[in-house]
Amino acid sequence: MKIHEYQAKELFKKYGIKVPKSVLCEKREDIETVMKTVSLPCVIKAQVHSGARGKAGGVKLARTYDEAVRIANDILGMELKSTQAGIKKVNKILIEEAVDIYKELYLSFTFDRTNECVAMILSTEGGMDIEEVAKVSPEKIHTLLIKDDFNPIETVQKLGFNGGITYILCKYIFMLYKLTKEKDASLVEINPLVITKQAEILALDAKINFDDNALFRHEDISALKDEKEENPLELEAQKFGLSYIKLDGTIGCMVNGAGLAMATMDVIRLAGKDAANFLDVGGGASSEKIEKAFKLLISDVNLEAVFINIFGGILRCDFLAEGVKNAIKTLDVQVPVIVRMEGTNKELGAQILNESGLKFTVVDDLNEAIEVIKNI
Amino acid sequence: MSIFINENTRLIVQGITGKEGSFHAESCQKYGTNLVGGVTPNKGGSEILGVSVFNSVKETVEETQANTSMIFVPARFAAGAIIEAAEAGIELIVCITEGIPVYDMLNAKKAVQLNGARLIGPNCPGLISPEIAKVGIMPSNIHKKGNVGVVSRSGTLTYEAVYQLTQLGIGQSTCIGIGGDPVIGTNFIDVLKAFQEDEQTEAICMIGEIGGSAEEEAADFIKQYVTKPIVSFIAGLSAPEGKRMGHAGAIISGGKGTAESKMKALTSAGVTVCKNPADLGILIQNVLYN
Repeated sequence: MKIHEYQAKELFKKYGIKVPKSVLCEKREDIETVMKTVSLPCVIKAQVHSGARGKAGGVKLARTYDEAVRIANDILGMELKSTQAGIKKVNKILIEEAVDIYKELYLSFTFDRTNECVAMILSTEGGMDIEEVAKVSPEKIHTLLIKDDFNPIETVQKLGFNGGITYILCKYIFMLYKLTKEKDASLVEINPLVITKQAEILALDAKINFDDNALFRHEDISALKDEKEENPLELEAQKFGLSYIKLDGTIGCMVNGAGLAMATMDVIRLAGKDAANFLDVGGGASSEKIEKAFKLLISDVNLEAVFINIFGGILRCDFLAEGVKNAIKTLDVQVPVIVRMEGTNKELGAQILNESGLKFTVVDDLNEAIEVIKNI
Repeated sequence: MSIFINENTRLIVQGITGKEGSFHAESCQKYGTNLVGGVTPNKGGSEILGVSVFNSVKETVEETQANTSMIFVPARFAAGAIIEAAEAGIELIVCITEGIPVYDMLNAKKAVQLNGARLIGPNCPGLISPEIAKVGIMPSNIHKKGNVGVVSRSGTLTYEAVYQLTQLGIGQSTCIGIGGDPVIGTNFIDVLKAFQEDEQTEAICMIGEIGGSAEEEAADFIKQYVTKPIVSFIAGLSAPEGKRMGHAGAIISGGKGTAESKMKALTSAGVTVCKNPADLGILIQNVLYN
C-alpha cells in the first residue's frame, strides 16, 4: 500500500525525523487563506501516488505570495502525467516552506529480495533519480545489507562528513529503521534528505510503501489509504477479495490462479491482442464470487471479447459455470465469450453454461484459444 | 526415486480441523500419503480422518514420529506455525498459506535454517510424487508417474503443464510448487539440484514468473551443474511494470524482474525457453525423445 508524502511526513515526525514546516490544502477556495500562514519562499507539491512528480510539473517553487497562489491554483486539480503512474488528478497539495540547502543526500530502507533482508541505501547524490545514479556513478551509492545486528556507522562515515553531522545522521537512520520494521514498510525513502546551512537535517521528501499482508496489524496505516488514488474497478474487486488489475487491452479475462492468469494474458498477446485486465478469482472461489467477478469484468467499457480460462482443481468448473450463469441473468453481454475449462467437473460446467442462454465459444486448449482470439 | 516425499513420509497437518485443512488432509490421505496426525491449538484430544488431533506440533511429533507437516494456518499465525514445526524437529514443512507478512517470513526462515528443516512455500500448492505421495492441494487425477520433474512458482499454471504432459502420456517424478511470495523456503536451485541427483528424473519443466531474480540465479546454477534437459516458461511477458500480478512476489520494479531478462538468462544457460504456454508439453516431449 502506498501513502502520500504528507502522510509519510506525519509518520516521520512521530519517529523524531524532522521535516520542513508545511500545510496541506485540498480546496481551491482555501488556497489564499492557507498561503498567508506560510513563510516565503515556499514549494507547492502535488500529493499523488507517483514518483517523478517534479518532472511532470507537480512540484514548483514560489517566491512571492501572488506567485504561490497562482502556482497552487495551477497544480491543485491538474491532471499530472507521469511516466511512472500514468495520468493522476491532483486532489491535494502540500505547501512547504523552502529551506537553505547545504547538501542533499539520499537515504532509503528497502526489502532486498535477492538477499532476503532489509537493505539501507545511502548516497551523497540526493535529489536525483537514484537508479540513474546507480548506473552512472555506482561508487556514490553505499548499500548496507542488514542481516543481524544493525550498525550503520561505517556506511555513514563513507559520506565523509565530520562528527556532528555523522552523529545526527546515524540517529535519523536508526529512527527510520525502527519505523521500517515496526510498520512493516517494504520501502521507506527520503530523497532528498537535506543538511541545511543551519546544520539541521530535514526530510524534504518522503515515500513509504507498506506490506499489504501486514496491514491487519496496523490499523493506523490502513486508515491512511486514499481510495481516490485507486482504480475504481480494482477497489470494487478488493471488496470481494478478488485479485483484479485494470490493463489497457481489449480482451477481458477471468482465470483461477495468478500464474495461469499471467500466462493467459501472454496467450492473448500471442494472438495479437492485449488483455483488458488481470483477474485471478483464486483457488476456492464460490459461484457467488465468480458472479461478482464476471459482472466486474463485463463492466469494462473497452472490451472486444471475454476469455474465461479455468483449470479446475479446488475451484470446480460447475461452480464457475453457475456463477457465470447467475451473472448473465442481469447482464446484457454484447461481446463474444470464449470459454476454456479443464479439470474438476468440466462436463458438468459445460452443461450448465450450455443451458444458461449465454452465447459462447468453447476451446479445448490454449492454442485453439489463440486462433479464436486472432479472428475476433 | 521421488524427491522430498516418499513412502516414509509421515504427515501431519497444522490447522487440520479447519475447512481447507481437513479437505486437503483427506485428499492427501486418499492419495496414499501416510497421515499420522493433526494440530489445532485447543482441539487436542479430538479425532479427525481416523487420526488424533494434538495441541502442539511437539506433542504430535512425540506421539506419532511425524517428519512432514503441511500448514493451513491463517496468514497472521502461519509464520509462528512454521517456527513451531521447525523447532519440533519436523524435517519437511510445506506451507500452503498465502498472505504472510514479509518480515514474519524472514524470522520463520531463520528458524527453519537453524533447525536444519526444509520449508516449501509459503503461498504454494505443495508437492506430489505421482502414485507415491502427495503433500499439497493439487488435483490428484491429472498426475501420472514418470520421469519429468516439474518445479514452479505458480499453482494452476503447474496443473496446466502437468495436464499437457499426462495427455501426451508423459509422467512426472515429482511436481513442486515453490510459491509466489518474495521470501520462500526452497528455491529453484534447491529443487534443480535434487532433480539433477534424482535417478527417476530425466527432464525438468521449470515454470517461473516476473519479479525478483530467482530465475536468473537458477540459470547460473544450471550452466554449472545441471546436465538434464530443461524446458522453461516464464509467465508475465505481457505484464506491466509496477503492478503486483496476484502473487506478492510477481512484480516488475525499477525495470528489474522482467520476463525478458529471465528468458534471456535461461536461454543462455541452454534451457529450452517456451514462449507459448500451450506448447510446454510438446517441447518437453521433444527434449525427452530427441
